[in-house]
Amino acid sequence: MIEIKNLVKKYKNIIAVDNTNLKINDNEIFGLLGPNGAGKTTLIHILATLIKPSSGTAIINGYDIINEPSKVRSSIGIVFQAPSSDDILTGYENLKIHSLLYNVDSHIREKRISDVLELVGLTNRKNDQVKKYSGGMRRRLEIARGLLHKPKVIFLDEPTLGLDPNSRESMWKYIKRLVDEEKITIILTTHYMEEADLLCNRIGFIDKGKIIALNSPSKLKANIGGEIINLKIENKEMNNIEKIMDLIKKFDFVHRVENFETKGEKGKIAVYVDNASNNLPIIMKVINKMLNDIDISSVDYRRPTLNDVFLKFTGRHIEDQYDKDSAEGGFMERYAQYAKK
Amino acid sequence: MIKIVQKVVLWSDMHNMQKNRKKSYKLDLEIGKIYAIWLREFKVFLREKSRLVASTFTPLLWLFVLGGGLGSTMSSPIHTSNIDYQKFIFPGIVIMSVIFSSVFFGAYIIWDRKFDFLKSVMVAPVRRSTIFIGKTFGGMSTSLIQAFILLVIGIVIGINYTPYSILSFVLIVLMLSFTLTSLGLAIGSFMESLEGFQLIVSFVVFPLYFLSGALFPLDNIPPWLSILTSINPATYAVDALRFSMLGISGKNLFIVNIGILFFSSIVLSIIGIWSFRRMKAI
Repeated sequence: MIEIKNLVKKYKNIIAVDNTNLKINDNEIFGLLGPNGAGKTTLIHILATLIKPSSGTAIINGYDIINEPSKVRSSIGIVFQAPSSDDILTGYENLKIHSLLYNVDSHIREKRISDVLELVGLTNRKNDQVKKYSGGMRRRLEIARGLLHKPKVIFLDEPTLGLDPNSRESMWKYIKRLVDEEKITIILTTHYMEEADLLCNRIGFIDKGKIIALNSPSKLKANIGGEIINLKIENKEMNNIEKIMDLIKKFDFVHRVENFETKGEKGKIAVYVDNASNNLPIIMKVINKMLNDIDISSVDYRRPTLNDVFLKFTGRHIEDQYDKDSAEGGFMERYAQYAKK
Repeated sequence: MIKIVQKVVLWSDMHNMQKNRKKSYKLDLEIGKIYAIWLREFKVFLREKSRLVASTFTPLLWLFVLGGGLGSTMSSPIHTSNIDYQKFIFPGIVIMSVIFSSVFFGAYIIWDRKFDFLKSVMVAPVRRSTIFIGKTFGGMSTSLIQAFILLVIGIVIGINYTPYSILSFVLIVLMLSFTLTSLGLAIGSFMESLEGFQLIVSFVVFPLYFLSGALFPLDNIPPWLSILTSINPATYAVDALRFSMLGISGKNLFIVNIGILFFSSIVLSIIGIWSFRRMKAI
């Protein structure tokens, strides 16, 4: 459905998209996952023909984004990061205006509008002004708007950014429903690992304009291997930690051992192992036997997350750079945001 | 042989017909899109009552406070007739309302961009020129409605209308508002921040108003002022409107004024469409 060829976008002193090649299949949910400023949004804006690339091109639904932008636009729908509906108008009016802009045939227009309203669950609020909508409802209206003209591809740029957990979950429900009912290719950007894991067939990790890993969530996680055991050690002298690490490394079911600190807390060890439920007791037994002077204050094990995958590829945590989600909502809030800049 | 020729003729006819149909179909679509843009602007205008109230109230202040107050201290500005000052500035105040509403309307595109509405329009398969035309139609409708409100108030101060004067009123208001909405859109498309808005007020809107002859006759003004007024399209609108409403023959013939207004609306819409085409979507 989408084929990106050698795409580059340079700004004065940064490369936002760095020679990217990517194929996205029909009817898949593809996730672009990466930290803030990785180039996700720039890539989407280029694909949506809003920004011209410095070099390279992409083919969407058989049309070239540089030579046939108008046909590309007819084939895609897009939901921007910040809601872009006119909040003085009602939900229905926004949809009607966009159905006119997209040439939705007049005799199916009303049907189509009521269909998409139904799909995103806004039918009973369609005659309210958008400024009376909650953040989640606005996002859903944007999705409805993006679907009006039955596009082949829809881009969702951080669809749940700034939503509370409840609205986030209901948004996921609607996105899943979309694939079942509309037979559409979805490309979504996010920095929430959980979201990508839950929704996407395939994930591309993007960092500094480059795609650094590309696969299905389960395969990406399998790449890390087995499970991760976290040990916390009471006496935090460095040579104690090293002693433990040396000991653990000797087991053949252990892939990797890392010493790390979180939130300034030292003395933590991550052990990447196969079959943790059987092997954890073995590790504990050996540590107790060999190193009597060391207290282990806590132990837990978990399956690897996509964050571990990102960590492995870049050495950084993906969500670190998001200290707080940007607020979104009414006119005054957005004005206040603007004024802050 | 003849049959073949007939067939060819028939075929080419059909081909032409299809082509024409395709063309008119395309035109239909563009009209639908212009209607969509216009509809949005118009609905926003109808809903933003405060904007309507504010933009009607300011002209009334000028008309009654300045017209009434200043008018009481001076004789008729036109020596050949006994039209009082308030009546004299009435066409000027109508034009003032058109200047303010049209330029502001165009410049509002800065807000559309700031709040991402414009982005959602630009990502649709719509030509930039279509967006531009839709917007100017929106500006013309809102200006015309505000001008009509003033027209009704004109009855209070004793202005008599004829079908002819109302018709030329509509024509003049529409042409000037087309010109100035284009101007506002062109300026707005270059501006990236809302702070630019204040600049437009100081450097565009007020000069257009004060240099239009709305408040004083242009017969005996100094040459430097005369140059400035003559490059201002609003000057010709004031002149034409004063002639058709009050029967005061101005500096130019009515038809000359209309011609210049028409010309400036073409020029500014070309500039506007050009600046829309080069405007960045993001």
